[in-house]
Amino acid sequence: MSEDREPKQPGFPAGRMMPGERRLEPPRWPGGRSQPPHGAFSVIGKRNRKVEGLAKVTGRALYTDDITLPRMLHAKLLRSSHAHARIRSVDASAALALPGVHAVITGKDLPACYGIIPWTEDEQALCEQKARYVGDPIAAVAADSELVAEEALRAIRVEYEPLPAVMDIETALAHPEWKVNEKAREGNVSKHVHLEFGDVDGALEQSDEVVEAEYWYEGSTHAAIEPHCALADFDATGFLTVYSATQVAHYLHRDLAKVLGLPTQRIRVVQPVIGGAFGGKSEPFSLEFCAAKLSMVTGRPVKILYTREEVFYAHRGRHPMRLRYRAGIRRDGTLTGVDAKIQIDGGAYSSYGLVTTYYSGQLLTAPYRMEAYRFDSTRYFTNKPCCGPKRGHGSVQPRFAFECQLDRLAERIGMDPIGVRRRNSIGADTQTVNGLRITSNGFLQCLDAVERAAGWKQKFRRLPYGRGVGVAGSMYISGTNYCIYPNEMPQSAVQLKLDRSGRATVFCGASDIGQGSDSVLAYIVCEELGLDLRDVRVVAADTDLAPVDLGSYSSRETFMAGNACLDAARRLRGWIAETLAALWGCAPAEVTLAGGVACSSRDPQRECMSVKDAFQLAEARHGTLGSVGWYQSPKLGGDYRGGTIGASPAYSFTAHVAEVGCDLETGFVKVATIWIAHDCGRALNPVAVEGQMEGSAYMGFAEALMEAHLFKPAAPGHGPGLHHGPSLLDYRIPTALDTPELRSIIVESVDPEGPYGAKEAGEGPLHPSIPAIANAIYDALGIRCERLPFDPPSILRLLRESDARAQWERARGQVGAAAGAGVAGRSAPC
Amino acid sequence: MVCRLRVNGDAVACAVSPNTTLLEALRYGLGLTGSKQGCDKGDCGACTVMVDGEPVLSCITLAAACEGREIVTVEGLAKDGAPHPLQDAFDLAGGAQCGFCTPGVLMSAWALLRRIPNPSREEIALALSGNLCRCTGYTKIFEAVELAAARLREAPGR
Repeated sequence: MSEDREPKQPGFPAGRMMPGERRLEPPRWPGGRSQPPHGAFSVIGKRNRKVEGLAKVTGRALYTDDITLPRMLHAKLLRSSHAHARIRSVDASAALALPGVHAVITGKDLPACYGIIPWTEDEQALCEQKARYVGDPIAAVAADSELVAEEALRAIRVEYEPLPAVMDIETALAHPEWKVNEKAREGNVSKHVHLEFGDVDGALEQSDEVVEAEYWYEGSTHAAIEPHCALADFDATGFLTVYSATQVAHYLHRDLAKVLGLPTQRIRVVQPVIGGAFGGKSEPFSLEFCAAKLSMVTGRPVKILYTREEVFYAHRGRHPMRLRYRAGIRRDGTLTGVDAKIQIDGGAYSSYGLVTTYYSGQLLTAPYRMEAYRFDSTRYFTNKPCCGPKRGHGSVQPRFAFECQLDRLAERIGMDPIGVRRRNSIGADTQTVNGLRITSNGFLQCLDAVERAAGWKQKFRRLPYGRGVGVAGSMYISGTNYCIYPNEMPQSAVQLKLDRSGRATVFCGASDIGQGSDSVLAYIVCEELGLDLRDVRVVAADTDLAPVDLGSYSSRETFMAGNACLDAARRLRGWIAETLAALWGCAPAEVTLAGGVACSSRDPQRECMSVKDAFQLAEARHGTLGSVGWYQSPKLGGDYRGGTIGASPAYSFTAHVAEVGCDLETGFVKVATIWIAHDCGRALNPVAVEGQMEGSAYMGFAEALMEAHLFKPAAPGHGPGLHHGPSLLDYRIPTALDTPELRSIIVESVDPEGPYGAKEAGEGPLHPSIPAIANAIYDALGIRCERLPFDPPSILRLLRESDARAQWERARGQVGAAAGAGVAGRSAPC
Repeated sequence: MVCRLRVNGDAVACAVSPNTTLLEALRYGLGLTGSKQGCDKGDCGACTVMVDGEPVLSCITLAAACEGREIVTVEGLAKDGAPHPLQDAFDLAGGAQCGFCTPGVLMSAWALLRRIPNPSREEIALALSGNLCRCTGYTKIFEAVELAAARLREAPGR
């Protein structure tokens, strides 16, 4: 990621500005890394259990709040009741005088600014000068119990000077002088990106049809069922341990050092089992710094557990976006130019906003080839909880808008929407208009699969009024090309220890957030070394015990940690195979390790032993058995400022068909089924991949129809900025009754650089849900949903405001005519 | 005050305040951390436990109100060190991803299967509609309950 100024980072080398020309190169294995070590897979591709599964279902898995330390104190944060206010003074004397209160800290105790992106460090653990949203933390109290801490919060006197609050993009633009965030160089602009590839205006002029429309993507939040929790323990030697529900232990480690002024080597960050994250725990939060500081002040362990209400205010969820698209097409179905103008409501701080702004444009350039593309994206600061990365970071919103555009373009030229998508599929081993390298690509197979499974040809424009089907596609990254702070070190690393008892232990910084990354590491070790799943232990996400992995974000764990693990295991496998080959007088390639048995393929009956015996022989020959593996992506991306943002070593592809039924009286849309076809390269465990696909489609469905992260305007007795309903009742997330039937279809394109050919599955399959539903609603009712969520009032309004039924009739007639001309439903070769 | 409960078959006594919830008594008083706190106001279902055979939200139930009653938590489902068929089915079918809602889901599902040994999809969805899961999209949860139901019908007794 290239930016203007080099950030200063104590403790870790800042590295050079631009990534160097020479990058570490992964080892090359005979036959490549996408194939099994010998013959056929014995573990990979099987419907295996997860390594921590039984601990979770028996209630034995320890989450952060399940950990209690002796003499532990509980802390609470005092939060601003104003959306925007100068803090004149904070008087905690009355709070400190309460029995059971041990310490109070305020902004001046933790003055250092931090932020996940080194160029935009604009947050303090506790606000010192100014509060920027309702809920911005101002002080923290450590006490014997949460109840006493809460009582103490009420005794703290804060003198505020209220300032005008910027509650939306319009106000941010209209009042640049109401500066929300002083780090903004201009008005309330958090980040502006303008990039153009090819001659967009020329391409649009030479189009047969151009469609222009504006869309509004409402904000939403992660709502992981586990609230954020951190437990800090500063011991007598000056060593700090922080247990936290974080998905980025390494980045937290760095920021703790920076804010607390401690050397990094005296801090340990441990991620216990985590109760869901979805991007909502992918940067440091106030609670980690405050628990640590309070532990340093009191000399006792300190725990902070956010209430559900606090989780809503901590947020970092999906950015609301206003998106205006112009897109052109030729009569033969070729997509020409795409022009996007995007305004992003960022909330009070930067968070990942720099990346969000780039992603809002950069990740649209596949799976369809476009001749020319331009995007102009601006993120604005507003006095609301900060937005950040939610599953499908930055690209879900433009994907919604663009896939709706594509549906409109297809209709204009009388082509089947699946046919249009096939016609423009960018294919494998190519480059996008903005310079992203595409390797494996199973998008056409995804389209075929959903077309067939959904019975598309019998349903599209053929169902009775009120029922319809819609299609959408997408692509997503398998990890980012660079670390968030520039450096030349691996993005992921594994240390693998083999024990003469016949046991392997994988040490890796990777963060399992429920997606199963620990299990992926174990499967790989089992496949390479012939072990039983129960004989592999994974020690992960502990900065003391495991080598650095950058964490669970941008769908990087399977690809990057998986590759690191594959290399470590394959190195050990080589030593063992060599040892046995020498013993049996065969070639190392003839040695097989599978199912707990080592044997030669030549004479497996006589030349065989347990893998445990093989480990012992290898240890006698080579010394203690241990190895390392690491992953560093190749140099990728376009040769322009920002050209590396969006570059990934591999891209996943997805297609959805959604079928809906709409109640004309109530405006209620029921999504009956979503067919999800996803190209994950290779499914290392189909159960886990399907779980990611279903969970993604569910979350997209939720954003399409139900969720809205809204804030109240000023009301009597309170200024603006209160959350509309900060509870899991008022913020409506789907229950088992609301969720549609979800049908997963795995497509395997086998990526040459992925571990056994695997790519991501955790975020890509969210994207098409929303536009597939919107397009299905059009097929059902003849109305175009351009604003999220598609709730009953907005459906009824659209039905009222347009001649929906006539539009619906026209759309049907058009497909009939086009089919007669041999265009609609045409099946392209794969 | 002292609250006497029967938890997972054991008679236990727990020091509580009048405002201590059953969830707090279980988690912090008795060390039964399997039951989870996701919202603290009865919205998410992660705290679901069985009280006298009925699934109950322990975060909005006072411990004192459970005096003398029979409570089963997720820790009480496994017998003789072996997971309950329902737990095993969740593990096998991918019914737990992050696992945080799982203890509550399991208790609701267990209550359902005791009532209806062969539930339909609709009956499962209804029985679990008070338990929010954010990871799975519920599909693998339904499959796990159906798998467990089939296994329990073949080998009843749990």
